[in-house]
Amino acid sequence: MIDTGRAFTLTDLAGSQHDFDGNGPSLICFVKEDCETCNIAGPVLEAFQKAYGHGAKLLVPGQSGEKNAEFARRHGLTMPVLADEGCKASFEWDIEIVPAVFWIDAGGKVVTKFEGFVRDDWQALSDQIATQTKQPKAQIDWDSLPAWRPGCGSKHFDPEIYDKLRAEADGSVLRARKVEVASGDDMAEFMFDQGFSDGLPLVPPTPERVMRMLAGTHRDPQEVIATVPPNMGVGTVEKIAINAVMAGCKPEYLPVVIAAVEAVCTDEFNIHGVTATTMGAATVVVVNGPIRDKIGMNSGLGAMGAGNRANATIGRALRLVIRNVGGATTGGVERSTLGNPMKFTMCFAENEEVSPWEPLHVERGFSKDDSVVTVFAMTGGPVHIVDQTSRVPDQIAGSLGQGLEGVFLPKMHNLPIDALLVVCPEHIKTMTRDGDYSKTRLRDRIQEVTARPLSEMVQDDHSGAGISLADAEKLGAEKLAQVAPKFASTDYIHIVVAGGEAGKFSSAFHGWSTGPTGSISVSRKIDLG
Amino acid sequence: MTVILDPTDERVPVVRQISERTGSVQGVVGLLNISKPRGNILLDELDRLLNEGAPGVEIRRYQKPTFAKPCPDALRHQIRDECDFMIEALAD
Repeated sequence: MIDTGRAFTLTDLAGSQHDFDGNGPSLICFVKEDCETCNIAGPVLEAFQKAYGHGAKLLVPGQSGEKNAEFARRHGLTMPVLADEGCKASFEWDIEIVPAVFWIDAGGKVVTKFEGFVRDDWQALSDQIATQTKQPKAQIDWDSLPAWRPGCGSKHFDPEIYDKLRAEADGSVLRARKVEVASGDDMAEFMFDQGFSDGLPLVPPTPERVMRMLAGTHRDPQEVIATVPPNMGVGTVEKIAINAVMAGCKPEYLPVVIAAVEAVCTDEFNIHGVTATTMGAATVVVVNGPIRDKIGMNSGLGAMGAGNRANATIGRALRLVIRNVGGATTGGVERSTLGNPMKFTMCFAENEEVSPWEPLHVERGFSKDDSVVTVFAMTGGPVHIVDQTSRVPDQIAGSLGQGLEGVFLPKMHNLPIDALLVVCPEHIKTMTRDGDYSKTRLRDRIQEVTARPLSEMVQDDHSGAGISLADAEKLGAEKLAQVAPKFASTDYIHIVVAGGEAGKFSSAFHGWSTGPTGSISVSRKIDLG
Repeated sequence: MTVILDPTDERVPVVRQISERTGSVQGVVGLLNISKPRGNILLDELDRLLNEGAPGVEIRRYQKPTFAKPCPDALRHQIRDECDFMIEALAD
């Protein structure tokens, strides 16, 4: 409740404007028609008006729209009953409960204020007004009134009203440009027309929705998370929140989106290149740690899509930030030859509970209790690896290796290119049937089963890809007989666990250009405050 | 009116873009009567002026069934397919 009267202009029941300059002597009482306690106060207010109306101005702002008139009629109120449209005055006067009473002196100082109905407070107020206005005390049968009744919550705390008021208040934390959309315009079409969309409909980022989204993080709305390529747009928390609203995120997803934006906008990840390449790379987001369950992410059946809001919208929000804040529009800096459905969204959680291994984030140096996003630049996938008949651990591991042969082109080996292998629970079961089967062993097995003589990689009639004939000649038969595994090093093989209990189908994402001139996978701890 | 917050880096103004102006009138000009009273008088006069000022231009006339509702899809598509320019008579 404020300490100094604040000016307002509200209309009375007849539609006339009442300008209150914030000064007294005035009694202001906020009421709500359906509040029982306000209805106890109603007759008292009218008695005050009769007794003190000549010496003080009484105003009753009502929060009940058309029903304000009913309240006035019910209690025969003769002072102005004003419409607090949208509860703006209630918000500015910082009340929590109705009835809310302010007795204001000539200088605008709030001398007495209280909420609800405590008979002694109201009686003391009556005495105070009588003294200060030099009027006889109001004739009220105080004993007939209840000693104490709690008030009702002020209507402006209804979430829809409150968030709007906070968004529009002078001290609002929002700084983004406000875009006015005419009532005759179709909002969804307008947003398509402005180029805000990835091709799918968007949730309109109204100020109240953005306020609610911002409640999902403790971070300052104006904190700059990243400069977002390609236009090097300023990626504040607020801008990320706006795009998260459009993507359909819940507020509790926002910290994950923020961490993902932070991760992709690093020099190592190089979102500019990932976006611009004609090869059609996209960001794959893997989430680890306790936040997975807290926000309802899917790491099990159907983890890689579709049907889970968190998985779907976190990935989409990230992409919208790159599009809208970074300016990466398709045909602009986004130059992919064919595009890639993962450019809409690709985000899932690791099924840490089923995994026999350390989760991805622990493997990458974080604590198990940390919540972490890891981003990979991938051009293909998920490409399923089907093996329903292997019953021996090395057979399954071998199949997973063979399933990775397709990265870039089966013929191409010794690739310094990332792959993200997603192993399903049934394959895990087979692989660990006889005991521990480490990730190191799996990686080695992948390299073992994919090893091929270099001679198979020489350009030929079937394919002009691979080692040129001139180079092959230089190498000679002996060197060409040497074998090369699929990957230049096991470091390029990233492994996570996801998926439902049933089905012997693992999957793989195929990388883009891995390394300092392309993209290096990045992990970021999610800041949960 | 609804207010939304700009999701972009705000370097481009958010405005409805008007079509590029070519500086000359040629091809087919459609005159659309939206069925408001006296719209035909305005369009007749425009028809006459266009014939005088741009004799090579072909003029085609169209009419919406009612001004109170959006133009039917079929008519919009017909106009789009047949015309290079469109003049719509809005007022009474």
